[in-house]
Amino acid sequence: MLLELQDVTLLYGRIQALHGISLTVEQGEIVALIGANGAGKSTTMRAISGLRPVAQGKITFDGEDITKMRADVRVVRGVSQSPEGRGIFPGMTVRENLEMGAYTRRNRTEINEDLDRAFTLFPRLKEREKQVGGTMSGGEQQMLAVGRALMSRPKLLLLDEPSMGLAPMLIQQIFDIVVEINQQGTTVLLVEQNAQQALSRAHRAYVLETGRIVKSGTGAELLHDPSVKDAYLGVA
Amino acid sequence: MSDVKVDKPAAVPADKKNWRSSGGVRGWFGRQHWAVRTVLIIVFAVLAYLLPYAGDIPVLGPQIITEGIDWPSALFNMSYYVLLALGLNVVVGFAGLLDLGYVGFFAVGAYTVALLTSPDSILKTEWGWLAAVPVALAVAMVSGLILGWPTLRLRGDYLAIVTLGFAEIIRIFATSSETLRGDRGFADIPHPPGSYSDGKPIFGVADATPYYWLGLSVIILVILGVRNLDRSRVGRSWLAIREDEEAAEIMGVRTIKYKLWAFAIGAFIGGLGGVMFAGQQGFMNSQTFILQFSILVLAGVVMGGSGNIFGAILGGALISYIPDRLRGIEDPIFHTDLFGFRFAIFGAIIILIMIFRPQGLIPSRRRAMELKDREKEVAPQ
Repeated sequence: MLLELQDVTLLYGRIQALHGISLTVEQGEIVALIGANGAGKSTTMRAISGLRPVAQGKITFDGEDITKMRADVRVVRGVSQSPEGRGIFPGMTVRENLEMGAYTRRNRTEINEDLDRAFTLFPRLKEREKQVGGTMSGGEQQMLAVGRALMSRPKLLLLDEPSMGLAPMLIQQIFDIVVEINQQGTTVLLVEQNAQQALSRAHRAYVLETGRIVKSGTGAELLHDPSVKDAYLGVA
Repeated sequence: MSDVKVDKPAAVPADKKNWRSSGGVRGWFGRQHWAVRTVLIIVFAVLAYLLPYAGDIPVLGPQIITEGIDWPSALFNMSYYVLLALGLNVVVGFAGLLDLGYVGFFAVGAYTVALLTSPDSILKTEWGWLAAVPVALAVAMVSGLILGWPTLRLRGDYLAIVTLGFAEIIRIFATSSETLRGDRGFADIPHPPGSYSDGKPIFGVADATPYYWLGLSVIILVILGVRNLDRSRVGRSWLAIREDEEAAEIMGVRTIKYKLWAFAIGAFIGGLGGVMFAGQQGFMNSQTFILQFSILVLAGVVMGGSGNIFGAILGGALISYIPDRLRGIEDPIFHTDLFGFRFAIFGAIIILIMIFRPQGLIPSRRRAMELKDREKEVAPQ
């Protein structure tokens, strides 16, 4: 098991955002978290990457208890996040953004290999190498955010809403790339509002409602589950 | 008809290159051979050292120099304002931390020197100025760490308010405490050491020129240090924190550590300003360290171009130069000294600069981009 959350609760001030989340991600999987706005998907991601401290519960990564570990150390251990709303550095060029992704690493040859890999996955980024991040389109920024998250050579890639605000064509493309990344050996935990895409690409998925996991199963199972269809897939 | 069509692409070439798009002055400078660049830098530095003699330039000279205050003194004032602007630029411009109480560190540096050297001090140590300098800088740096440790977990507005409080606490403490002597202040703070061959001290009371040269030399060292930091991994970390603190954190930047570094380095440079100030004035009291001072330096940094070293220098120099230049000029309406109107005039100048150059006189390219990005958040296109 690569990642395990046991009964994790999290508070924003006095508001409880997560009410005991338990989930697992196995090595090599794509796991999706789906749910409506405010269900706690992004909060779960933030708990895993260490941006928010958890109130109770335990997070285990690669056999190690990381519940109280600092966010920057988690990056070194192999957790990498592509944040919601992309979170790219607007004043840095594409290249500098990608280099920032390799911040914790020193081996120049390996970093250059990974730069090449990012440019192979996203040829568009190569074209825009010297362009400043803030001037790029939403789709390009999303590619940059994913590419940058890969630059730390993560064991686990956390993708927060990779399809947000993108045109349907681009959504397809981003998900194709996510599958490709996964096939190259990176485990992926994905948060999505686009449940159709997420479920059809993921091995397994969890459904979140108001900070609780209400359902879990394989992607295909949930895709055909009547209540999931009703609530998230917009099928009558 | 067809002629027109053929002509059109030629009239508007695909990649339009002009002075601005190829980087303006900075772009031109960057394209020069390193030897040319070195010579230019040296020429510039020599000119800066010759500034006390600016009054001797025919026609132009008398327009530049100040009338109501002797010119070398005005230059020295500029030099410690520039130091403060350089230090604050590290905190605000590089790391993006809004510090409204920067004068606090200036005060810590100046008071440490006063306590260690002045005969009025209860310590009665009466050290020389130079001996007190390293202690004062260390104390300033530590005060930066002490203030930063609990407060740098705060963001934006909260940090601004806490730093504002810090400077006020120092000022009020200095005013009311017996040890720091309030309004009575400290007298006979020794000047920097050194004498000419005829036994007269280099750093006397009559001529401020040597102080200006000392200040300028310190500034050059600080520029070199700050520039190297900005280009190092530390600078990269500051940049990431300033642009998006959360994103920096998930890249693996230990944000609190680098924010503390920014604070400590800023405090060090601020303390340096205080040390220089105390060494030239010979006397200081709690009235020196008013809040207005912090705001003025911040205005200088923003006006000059936050995040750009040379912008900060220009801004720092201007906030000191403009009021000093206004001294001794009679205003045509009330027939009083224009100096009395300095804040009104100053305010008007700041407003004009902010309208026509919102990123500052010598802006940082990246900061300009960040500003644009933030506009998008306020008013999505």
